[in-house]
Amino acid sequence: MARAVIVGAGPAGITAAATLAARGVDVVLIEEGRRGGGQGYRAAPPGLDLPMRRLLGGDLAAWRRIQARFVALTMPMKGLHERFPGFAGQVEFRPGTLAWNIADSVVHTECAGTLDEIAYDALVLATGATDRIMPVPGWTLPGVYTLGGAQTALKDQGCLIGRQVVFCGASPLLYLAALQYARMAGAAGARVVGVLDTTPFAEKRRALPDLLAAPGLLLKGLGLLAALKVRGVPVRHGVRLSAFTGTDQGEGAGVDGVLYQDAAGRTQRIECDAVAFGFGLRPESQLAELAGAALRYDPTFRQWFPAQDADGRCAPKVYVAGDNCRIGGARAAEAAGLIAAHAALADLGLANGGTDTQLVAARRTLAAMERFQRGLARAFAWPHHWAAGMADETIVCRCENVTVGAVRGAVLDARGGERELNRVKAAVRCGMGRCQGRFCGNAAAEIVAAALGDAQAEPGRLRAQPPVKPLPVTAAPKEPVT
Amino acid sequence: MTAPPREPPGTEQAGARAGRARWVRVARFTGVPVRVSVDGIAHEAHAGESVLSAVLAVLGHARLNEFDGGKRAGFCVMGACQDCWVWVDGGRRVRGCGTEVAEGMAISTSAPRLEAADG
Ligand SMILES: Cc1cc2nc3c(=O)[nH]c(=O)nc-3n(C[C@H](O)[C@H](O)[C@H](O)COP(=O)(O)OP(=O)(O)OC[C@H]3O[C@@H](n4cnc5c(N)ncnc54)[C@H](O)[C@@H]3O)c2cc1C
Ligand code: FES
Repeated sequence: MARAVIVGAGPAGITAAATLAARGVDVVLIEEGRRGGGQGYRAAPPGLDLPMRRLLGGDLAAWRRIQARFVALTMPMKGLHERFPGFAGQVEFRPGTLAWNIADSVVHTECAGTLDEIAYDALVLATGATDRIMPVPGWTLPGVYTLGGAQTALKDQGCLIGRQVVFCGASPLLYLAALQYARMAGAAGARVVGVLDTTPFAEKRRALPDLLAAPGLLLKGLGLLAALKVRGVPVRHGVRLSAFTGTDQGEGAGVDGVLYQDAAGRTQRIECDAVAFGFGLRPESQLAELAGAALRYDPTFRQWFPAQDADGRCAPKVYVAGDNCRIGGARAAEAAGLIAAHAALADLGLANGGTDTQLVAARRTLAAMERFQRGLARAFAWPHHWAAGMADETIVCRCENVTVGAVRGAVLDARGGERELNRVKAAVRCGMGRCQGRFCGNAAAEIVAAALGDAQAEPGRLRAQPPVKPLPVTAAPKEPVT
Repeated sequence: MTAPPREPPGTEQAGARAGRARWVRVARFTGVPVRVSVDGIAHEAHAGESVLSAVLAVLGHARLNEFDGGKRAGFCVMGACQDCWVWVDGGRRVRGCGTEVAEGMAISTSAPRLEAADG
């Protein structure tokens, strides 16, 4: 019996798991979190009384569909698996389990301090993405979170990150997160005090032709903006973020305002006690790289993605699907999960020959979503040009407090500076901290590119290293079963 | 590097310091109450609640940065930044946003001395 290992129980991983299991493949689904659903469609912990209809609005149906697929896949088999460990063609869900390395067709995992290894005949990596960050002075202050973090506090814990929250940056999550907060804030006397979009409105208009590739999603996006206006949330376009103000010392530590330049170049300030910001998403592509995938630069996103064929093949027996290989959102992730699973089935000799109508539809969806995402990349532009003007004392690596000046210094060093990002990392420790470059890597690459003086140069990329996240100091191998 | 100062264990109730809480709860947990302490301050959490949300229901920060002692309160809330590490039950280091509270858990925002050198 062929065994497929799937990493990540978001829309991509769940759909791949369902497709493979339906054809009799033994599936192990590994998920670092405790529940299935992934970032967009996460399930709250049992007992959290979240009004999902109010919170999700029009996304409720899609959330239900993914959750139902996940439950159908994993729940009924739970008891059976314990009784019949070798039970074939079903999905074994391993929550709370981190996949931290891949080598020699084996996935290395850690769960509650216990290390394990799983061999595979096919490996689907569906590890998703995290917010892409361009540092703003003050971004390490207590009360400043990523846009995804603000959403997760709400959807996973029923909490807002503060009472007066500013949402800022340039991201498809910007209006979504702001509106979810606005919908929930009233009861607690909290408020969304402003949405600061760093992309000029004209760019949104220019993005329209690509955004029309998915008219439904375009309408949804416009609906978010309209709903924020109806609720009286001030929305500003084309701003430049100058600083998040406040202190990280003493009793009153925390962010207390956002300083920005409006589209007309005037300095403005909003008072707040929390900030959520982000600039689109960056792929969690480390495992794919460790599994042997080459990385390819995409000039539209100014990012590196695992190189793949049209069906998600990125290395022998390894497939990628979802946000970790192509920022595409939930619908694209589902489609890519289905396509990658079919590729794996074909390579395992389990293809049924005919043309699956679902597969044809999935390819069409993926193509449309790719075009749409290119529109989004323009409508919510990564402000790479900020890197050149960023003050030297701004922190770029929040783990080790490495400053922009230190990174620049490594490049401009009179004795012959470093020109390559990984060497800069070795010299000044930017990207060596415990987040392993997830939150400084994109910005550091732009700072290096800007310091080299070539605005057109493609930014570099930090190489992946195992373990992809820190392991507990006491982690130990599983006792061998005798 | 010296370990950040540890707050002495106290018996102060969370209510007395409620003004410092960072996160604002807008949905209730209906499960069983779980009693924890945050830097010695008693706090009633609930099954399903994360260690980070318990800490930020009591305090305005979750940890101190090792390099400048600046306060931090998490960042990504999804297991990626590791800026929510706290210590529980006198030694074990956990990621606050990805760990659920357990009955009697004593959470500390600073490292016990022995582990202070461990990044
Ligand atoms: C924070 C955030 C919030 C979002 N919110 C929304 C939203 O509200 N609505 C919307 O439509 N879209 C949202 N999106 C957009 C998102 O693109 C899609 O909705 C969708 O979640 C992408 O699906 P996916 O399967 O590719 O990845 P994800 O849904 O991100 O799932 C990836 C899963 O892999 C797991 N994982 C990652 N690495 C490992 C590892 N090493 N070991 C084990 N498990 C691992 C993660 O825990 C996660 O559960 C959000 C994205 C992010 C990052
Ligand atoms: S807040 Fe980022 S890992 Fe917990």
